[in-house]
Amino acid sequence: MTSLAEQYADEVQAILAKYPPEQKRSAVMPLLALVQRRDGFVSKAALQEVAQMCGITSTETASIVGFYTLYHDEKKGTYRIQVCTDLCCALRGADEFLHKLCEALGIPVGGTTPDGKITVEAVMCLAACDKAPMFQVQALGSVHHDGLEYHENQTVESALRLIEELRQK
Amino acid sequence: MTEIKQYVLLRHRDVPGLDQLDVYRQEGGFAAFQQAVTAMQPGQVTDVVKASGLRGRGGAGFPTGMKWSFIDNNNWPHYVVANADESEPGTFKDREIMEKNPFQFLEGLALCCYAVQANAAYIYLRGEFWQQAHFLDAKIAEMEAAGLLGEHLFGTEYSLRIYTHLGAGAYICGEETALLESLEGKLGQPRLRPPFPPSFGLYGKPTIVNNVETLANLPLILEKGAAWYRTYGTDKSPGVKIFSLSGKVNKPGNYELPLGTTFRQLIFQHGGGLPEGRQIKAIMPAGASSSLIVATEQALDTPMDYESVPSVGAQLGSASVIVIDDSVNVAWLINKTMHFFKHESCGKCTPCRDGTYWMMHLAERIAGGEASWADVELLREVAGQVKGKCFCALGEFSIEAVLSSIERFPADFEQITHKEA
Amino acid sequence: MTKQITLTIDEKQVTVPQGTLVVDAAKKIGIDIPVFCYHPKMEPVGMCRMCLVEVGRPVIDRTTGQAVLEADGTPKVQFGPKLETACTLPVSEGMVVVGMSDKVKAARKDVVEFLLTSHPLDCPVCDKGGECPLQNLTMAHGVGESRFNYDEKMHLAKHVPLGELIFLDRERCIQCGRCVRFQAEVVDDPVIGFYQRGRAIQIATFSEPGFDSYFSGNTTDICPVGALTTADFRFGARPWEMRATASICAQCPVGCNITFNIRREAKSDGEIVIKRTMPRQNEQVNETWICDKGRFAYHFTEGKERLTAPLIRRGDDLTPVSWDEAIEFVAQALRDAGSDLLTLASGRLSNEDLFNLRSLSDAFNGKTALYTHMAGGDLTAQVGVGQGTNFADLGAGSVILVVASDLEEEAPIWWLRVKQAAERGATLIVANPRPTKTDRYASQKIRYAYGNEAATVLAMINALSAKRPELPGKVQATAEIKNAAETIKNAENVIALFGSEGLGLEGSAALAQACANLLLVTNHTGRANNGLIGVWPRANEQGAWDMGLRPAADLKAALAAAKMVYVAAADPLGDDPALAATLGEVPFMVVQELYLTETAKLADVVLPALPFTEREGSFTSGERRVQRFYPAVLPRPQARPDYAITGEIARKAGVDAETDSAARVMGRIAASLPDYAGIHYRRLAQVQEQWPIVGRGDLYYGGTGYENKQGLGVQLAPAAQQGQAPALTWPQVAEIAVPEGSLLAVPVTVLYDQGITVSTSPLLQTRIPQPYLTVCPAEAQRLNAEAGDLVQVSLGEQAVKVTLRVDENIPAGVALAPRSLGLPIFAPAAIQVRVAQKATV
Repeated sequence: MTSLAEQYADEVQAILAKYPPEQKRSAVMPLLALVQRRDGFVSKAALQEVAQMCGITSTETASIVGFYTLYHDEKKGTYRIQVCTDLCCALRGADEFLHKLCEALGIPVGGTTPDGKITVEAVMCLAACDKAPMFQVQALGSVHHDGLEYHENQTVESALRLIEELRQK
Repeated sequence: MTEIKQYVLLRHRDVPGLDQLDVYRQEGGFAAFQQAVTAMQPGQVTDVVKASGLRGRGGAGFPTGMKWSFIDNNNWPHYVVANADESEPGTFKDREIMEKNPFQFLEGLALCCYAVQANAAYIYLRGEFWQQAHFLDAKIAEMEAAGLLGEHLFGTEYSLRIYTHLGAGAYICGEETALLESLEGKLGQPRLRPPFPPSFGLYGKPTIVNNVETLANLPLILEKGAAWYRTYGTDKSPGVKIFSLSGKVNKPGNYELPLGTTFRQLIFQHGGGLPEGRQIKAIMPAGASSSLIVATEQALDTPMDYESVPSVGAQLGSASVIVIDDSVNVAWLINKTMHFFKHESCGKCTPCRDGTYWMMHLAERIAGGEASWADVELLREVAGQVKGKCFCALGEFSIEAVLSSIERFPADFEQITHKEA
Repeated sequence: MTKQITLTIDEKQVTVPQGTLVVDAAKKIGIDIPVFCYHPKMEPVGMCRMCLVEVGRPVIDRTTGQAVLEADGTPKVQFGPKLETACTLPVSEGMVVVGMSDKVKAARKDVVEFLLTSHPLDCPVCDKGGECPLQNLTMAHGVGESRFNYDEKMHLAKHVPLGELIFLDRERCIQCGRCVRFQAEVVDDPVIGFYQRGRAIQIATFSEPGFDSYFSGNTTDICPVGALTTADFRFGARPWEMRATASICAQCPVGCNITFNIRREAKSDGEIVIKRTMPRQNEQVNETWICDKGRFAYHFTEGKERLTAPLIRRGDDLTPVSWDEAIEFVAQALRDAGSDLLTLASGRLSNEDLFNLRSLSDAFNGKTALYTHMAGGDLTAQVGVGQGTNFADLGAGSVILVVASDLEEEAPIWWLRVKQAAERGATLIVANPRPTKTDRYASQKIRYAYGNEAATVLAMINALSAKRPELPGKVQATAEIKNAAETIKNAENVIALFGSEGLGLEGSAALAQACANLLLVTNHTGRANNGLIGVWPRANEQGAWDMGLRPAADLKAALAAAKMVYVAAADPLGDDPALAATLGEVPFMVVQELYLTETAKLADVVLPALPFTEREGSFTSGERRVQRFYPAVLPRPQARPDYAITGEIARKAGVDAETDSAARVMGRIAASLPDYAGIHYRRLAQVQEQWPIVGRGDLYYGGTGYENKQGLGVQLAPAAQQGQAPALTWPQVAEIAVPEGSLLAVPVTVLYDQGITVSTSPLLQTRIPQPYLTVCPAEAQRLNAEAGDLVQVSLGEQAVKVTLRVDENIPAGVALAPRSLGLPIFAPAAIQVRVAQKATV
């Protein structure tokens, strides 16, 4: 397996250049984001790779993965549709939106479509409270996709259209 | 009170294309920064900000100029960190500034850096702001190309670099010391204070952490002066504020208004009131961290500034006004907020870690109609047990909605709890 | 001088140095503020919130700067609205702390209730039950009944192996983070961490191979609940069934003070047995920590194969005989051999054993030989660290020089102490041919080629001294060496630790001399916190030198020349099969041992000795601290203490000797060895109050380690401190010829080797690596070998097959040969290596 530093030399270089040379640990979060976009999740091997680049242990790196919700330690759908169901969005019908969307896709909340492409999850506030129902799409498993994309003022129909587009990609 | 004729923070609504560097410069952009770097001592910049009375817009309302003056000048280098972690449910103002008026924010950040003589600044964005971070990266690159960032700015010895840094999903990182921990590549758990960031911040160096909105105020304060800024707002809460309005209201969105504008003006005049046939029941003025204000006539006429909101039993905080109508049972509402706080508790201190877990379960049972009044009493007691014991404000905020709901809307709970067996 | 602060805690006044935390100030006057996350050896974090107190501060008039007074003239005190954590709060002048108010009591009750919401309350089956801070503090501060819905409790894994040594019960964990912080802060080995967040936060490891750290056992002592347990002790016994007996760790020259917990149990046939080893506080030696080897390597004392009766050779067989017969037999042999006696003993024995052996040998004008690969103990007696030395006192202004030692492998607790000194500001200079973990804290690093150990230190002297002694080897005074020399010259205190990385007897003797010279030339001898320390291979090696034993320059020749060899606590044949012929020819050999070793199998008489756990005695540590150990369990019926066996033989042979008690032998030592004058057992048993106060009723504060009630020991004054300045002599080291096509094999020490103490410990046994040899990638390529290949190592006429390891940090032309791991390499030697079998992929 080629290393992250070889595979994405420019990205890695740009990340490392942001921090003082003696503070490489600061790069752990962006590097994890990069490996996750490459692999779709953070594997044990990736933990070790990132840990070495940052001069910390695999355990310390795993702590970061475990603490922050945008990192995943298991592979699910290529696209994670993350619907905000927090208070403000819920006041604007987000819970209903989520359940109808899942129903339309035939999966439970948190489930993945059989083709492995789409996972639908409920998440906490995404700072788009005035544009509910809304969700973000976390694209995983390819660094060429946009990492995260917001989709606001959604209906189940518009969401399903988008999902179809994502499946075609 | 002065009405706003021209936007201060949401100027893009007046000036199309303000997110383009040439447009921003045509509008006088970066003149304040250039003026500061070439013709002002750093301390003079701080003095202007102090005189403006600007207070931190992240929620705490701490005087910005005073915070800067705490920077430890016996320990170098200095850092400035822009807090763009915007994660409070109901808050979405920083995002609009960064998306639509990025240069004003970046210039404000640069001014802060010059005032405290920092040569490097980080913008800590919540991980979900992936696109905003890349957008800002492009804007930063444009500034570098235009000689507004880099070495020897405007022919002086002063140099400055700005970097974006993405979080990865953690509300607690809005707390400034947790944010610094996260930026250092550690768990986003708050630090013991003192020492405070102006003496011991990023990498143990003196650091100023300011909210995006706070920083976006600076270019015009420097350009037009402290006295001009004080023409907005009240004596103790000068200036303008972006109110994020959400919930059961016709026109949710960001509204830039002078501090001291009343709830009624925001909700009914600007926000278009509630949907047909609905009555306003409660207001949460500071997002999920807020107490619920009973929406009485008197409450609606209360000015939204740091001093007045406490008189109706809440705090202004980040001014994220959530409108609750009479269709909502507040037991449902606190079930939502408790799920949020339980999910976002960092786990460092006992009362927050175990208290939010316990309260969430109680709130869930109560909201689900599976609880008795004794459970409501227990919830209130548990919230009381959390109060005053937490390591940081997150745990303390988690109980505001709970305690105020039970105290101010007991009927909602009586309605859905079953009688004692 | 630190400013002193006076404050009031629960109506008692206390004066403490500025910077002291309220929780510690309270402790000093006997007020126990309950804590879970706080530990006096770690930075405060204020996580658990158990130590909340009310805090008042004097009101100061802003205009005058004076304290505002009440009507009665006392200072007016203002209490804050919120409770504050006593563990994070430094004292301030006039502060008033209230820890007994209703408000505080309610807060403690609240915190305990929170901690118990998801705790399983399985105290009846929990290893910690009976010595559990959570249990005790719940009894003291908690409520009797849970208001938490049982169905909503977290149900988590209860037997999670974090590694091979430590198990985690996730339900019992209260997330105080002591273990995580210990690994990160105290021992810099962050291989356990928090995973997830909020109520889901848990301890986990993602490192390979898991929680694998030389200090891991300490986390079970400081865990305030039964979440962390050792695989050795878990389900072993209940704390209240066990008694505590004081001892000294016999694994390395640090001399950690330990406590054995013992009980009589049915499953051990009604015998009293050791159930676990715990640290016993000695702030000058091991503080409140021990390493895992010290904790788990006691099992060698309990082996079923222990020798149970004296044996005498009858033909091919060793036959049990009575002690009288055996002793008479040996005494007769002694009389016959006379001055052709060679006594070979190791630093595994106590001072008393070694003294009697030496006295017996002297009476017959025999020779003695210390069984070791390392020399220099004569120099540490002269210029060793001065009386009053304590690593804890070293900080800014002090220099620690570590030469030729992988300190964490050779003496883990010294590594910890050196690390801490460096963190307090001491300058650590590390000189070693390859990087070791000690480098992390080094402010100066010197790399030299194997073989240039002494020459490198001499180059430092040359950089300073006008005398310019002849310099063996070809070491240039590089900028690093000059810098180190200047730093040492200008330092207030200098301690030099020399080890045996890559060295045999000759090399270590030269290195010791060079280090001694450096200290003498820069005037860093004869006072506290200055001097030389040998990182010896055995616990009492310094004592052995002090008792007058010296290594034999050529052991084989010495054995060949003797008519009688008296071997005690040494297994030369087991270590070096090449000695078989020589030992086989020895006319009469006595072996005094615990087990029937390879050497013992060739003996004419085998005498069963007692391990240190079954008898009294004393060890002299590398810092020349004489410390007592006590019998922990009953002796095996037929075995005897070494000093008593030797003493009986001596008496039978007509030589006056003490046999009755170790204390009486110490009396003789004190009378005949000036350095030991005034040492007696009562003095060794003296204690004084130590800080932090640990091991009393309040286990939550310092952990379950023990308070020291049995003696802190006495540090000896080296000759230099007694006004005797040793003369400078200049060492010479012969260069080792490495023929073309050969590698220079250098012996290095690893903590877990094939020694009997490790191999008999069920836990540590699994940590012993397969025998191996390490080379750099370039050498591996030259050998056409890869890591994992089986290689044949030829050394003279011997050939051994071991696994090849590859490490880029090793210099070219060199092969690292770990000691006691299959390769009989005791000093640098030329070897030939070839691939015997490729690794299967």
